[in-house]
Amino acid sequence: MSSEAPTGYPEQVRERLTRDAELIVARYPVARSALLPLLHLVQSQDGYVSRRGIEFCAQLLDLSAAEVAGVATFYTQYKRHPNGTYTVGVCINTLCAVMGGDAIWESVSSHLGIGHDQTSQDGAITLERIECNAACDYAPVVMVNWEFFDNQTPASARALVDDLRSGADVRPTRGADRVCTFAETERLLAGFSDGRADQGPGAGTPTLVGLRLARERGWRAPDATPDNNTEPRTEA
Amino acid sequence: MTTTLTPVLCASWDDERSWSLDTYERHQGYQALRRALASAPADVIETVKRSGLRGRGGAGFPTGMKWGFLPPPDGGPRYLVVNADESEPGTCKDVPLMLAAPHLLVEGAVITAYAIGCEHAFIYVRGEVVHVYRRLLRAVAEAHEKGYLGTDILGSGFDLQITVHAGAGAYICGEETALLDSLEGRRGQPRLKPPFPAVAGLYARPTVVNNVESIASVPSIVLRGADWFSSMGTEKSTGFGLFSLSGHVTNPGQYEAPLGITLRELLELAGGVREGHQLKFWTPGGSSTPIFTDEHLDVPLDFEAVAAAGSMLGTRALQIFDETTCVVRAVSRWIDFYAHESCGKCTPCREGNYWMKQVLHRLEDGRGTEADLDKLLDTCDNILGRAFCALGDGATSPVTSSIAYFRDEYLRHLPSAQNPAGGCPFDPGASALFTPEAMALS
Ligand SMILES: Cc1cc2nc3c(=O)[nH]c(=O)nc-3n(C[C@H](O)[C@H](O)[C@H](O)COP(=O)(O)O)c2cc1C
Ligand code: SF4
Ligand code: FES
Repeated sequence: MSSEAPTGYPEQVRERLTRDAELIVARYPVARSALLPLLHLVQSQDGYVSRRGIEFCAQLLDLSAAEVAGVATFYTQYKRHPNGTYTVGVCINTLCAVMGGDAIWESVSSHLGIGHDQTSQDGAITLERIECNAACDYAPVVMVNWEFFDNQTPASARALVDDLRSGADVRPTRGADRVCTFAETERLLAGFSDGRADQGPGAGTPTLVGLRLARERGWRAPDATPDNNTEPRTEA
Repeated sequence: MTTTLTPVLCASWDDERSWSLDTYERHQGYQALRRALASAPADVIETVKRSGLRGRGGAGFPTGMKWGFLPPPDGGPRYLVVNADESEPGTCKDVPLMLAAPHLLVEGAVITAYAIGCEHAFIYVRGEVVHVYRRLLRAVAEAHEKGYLGTDILGSGFDLQITVHAGAGAYICGEETALLDSLEGRRGQPRLKPPFPAVAGLYARPTVVNNVESIASVPSIVLRGADWFSSMGTEKSTGFGLFSLSGHVTNPGQYEAPLGITLRELLELAGGVREGHQLKFWTPGGSSTPIFTDEHLDVPLDFEAVAAAGSMLGTRALQIFDETTCVVRAVSRWIDFYAHESCGKCTPCREGNYWMKQVLHRLEDGRGTEADLDKLLDTCDNILGRAFCALGDGATSPVTSSIAYFRDEYLRHLPSAQNPAGGCPFDPGASALFTPEAMALS
């Protein structure tokens, strides 16, 4: 590897990032739209939005570093300091909090000895209090690198973080077969498929509860009525 | 019990590999697209107009009418942006839909793009649901391979590409103009309206922004007819929708039913409030809609009736809380959320939520006074109608409605003879779903 400038990437890394970045930019009619995925790409390389990552995006999109930083600081998924291998997010929005999310938070936080946006000493886990993650029917919810761990208890959540720290493969409730690392997840969020879309279930029990009930009771939507504008009509 | 469930969107969700193109095609997938491509774009818009479909993202604006607002083609690009940012507390319908049947959304997006003359559509999905993002990327790739996307779709001469774009964590990006700024690579802050997105949206070009469930409803309307759709629901709130029950209910989850079903009916289907407990308060459509109580069990859950009863249908996010739940704790946590998510652009919302958060915390800690209730209401007065976007207005909903229905409970947080230290008189453990043993096990 060639030497690394204090704010820059080693040559090979830079070339690889540039190739990826060009693919990202090509998805949009206007280059600046690529900024959010590019910041995810930077995080896949550096584990946070690094100074050199900001400069990389700025050069690529012809923006100032301040403009890029201004965007990065607006969004909670962009990290200001190096993230752990796994972001463990405990939902503490009202519904989850009431159903037990607050107790889960207390339990995991004291178990790990860290608070919100702090990283365990082994670098394995960054703990976060997160807002509603659109899974309230599975409350209380914990996310690991933005994969669903549904219907958690304090005990299950403590076991989860222990498994993550021991390096065991950990399987989300509704997600890929194993939780990916932060770097892998961020590369996916930059828009690069990881081939795991076919893993995991299509739906959990709450998602299907209404459908199953309808089947049990023989309920269906009414039959189609033939009248339709999209059928070629003869009248003027 | 008169209203029955009407599985349409969810009808294929329990099938094997429900997310795959094969499965979707077995359920008449992409048949609606063929029919749409065989008719004039204006006829597709007309069908959706006649169906009465109203936006499923919260505000309930008629979808066909929104499409009809685009100015006549001027030769430049026009965009469709699907709002898949689902972040309103309590709302949990679009995410399971996209996980189980992403092609429903892709097919709806292709039909919509055809109808409005768009050749590049975007799906803006919140970044915090990676498996949904995987499934969307895969569905778009599969649709390309099969010729449902790309150039000359099914030999029609119509071209479309879809970019699936992951956000990065910010509730405000669900607001349509903030979403557009975010998609342009900026901080997600709302824009002044007018101009509306229909006139100057993405890259200042005519743009339609629609919710996932709105777009996913389009294929069934095209295939089965506007009259079929409007035969369900109520006169002004036609069709079906996903009702998401969460919280203290025996069987939480998704119940697809005609608009106008009541919470009493839904609770019956869901096995009732959790055993041994009673309904205390609930949200009809997420945390930004004023709460209801057991007085409202029979309010038809359609746009008009919910509004007449003092709230909003919103996203049909029915969060159910039983008598063990402290309403002040619930509201305080929601205000933490709004304070955290305020984009900071306008003073009423940025400052107002900050102050409401302080006041609610001190009430919870037993440091409140009766004057704090007036302070809360006064702050709401200064936010409602004065904020730049609807996030600010929404934040006032839980506060004013909870004080209206549960003023006494707020007062029980003040130091008194029965509660000398003041603070929350409830046991949070009683509302949790697990037993003390589950908490103790390590
Ligand atoms: C703060 C805020 C957050 C919103 N979040 C969402 C959202 O996550 N998803 C959504 O579809 N609409 C959301 N909306 C509503 C959108 O602004 C817009 O009305 C909607 O996407 C239009 O689609 P529809 O007509 O199909 O409902 C939000 C609005 C506000 C004010
Ligand atoms: S109301 Fe709140 S979120 Fe909306 S523009 Fe003002 S500060 Fe931003
Ligand atoms: S409140 Fe936790 S997922 Fe909605």
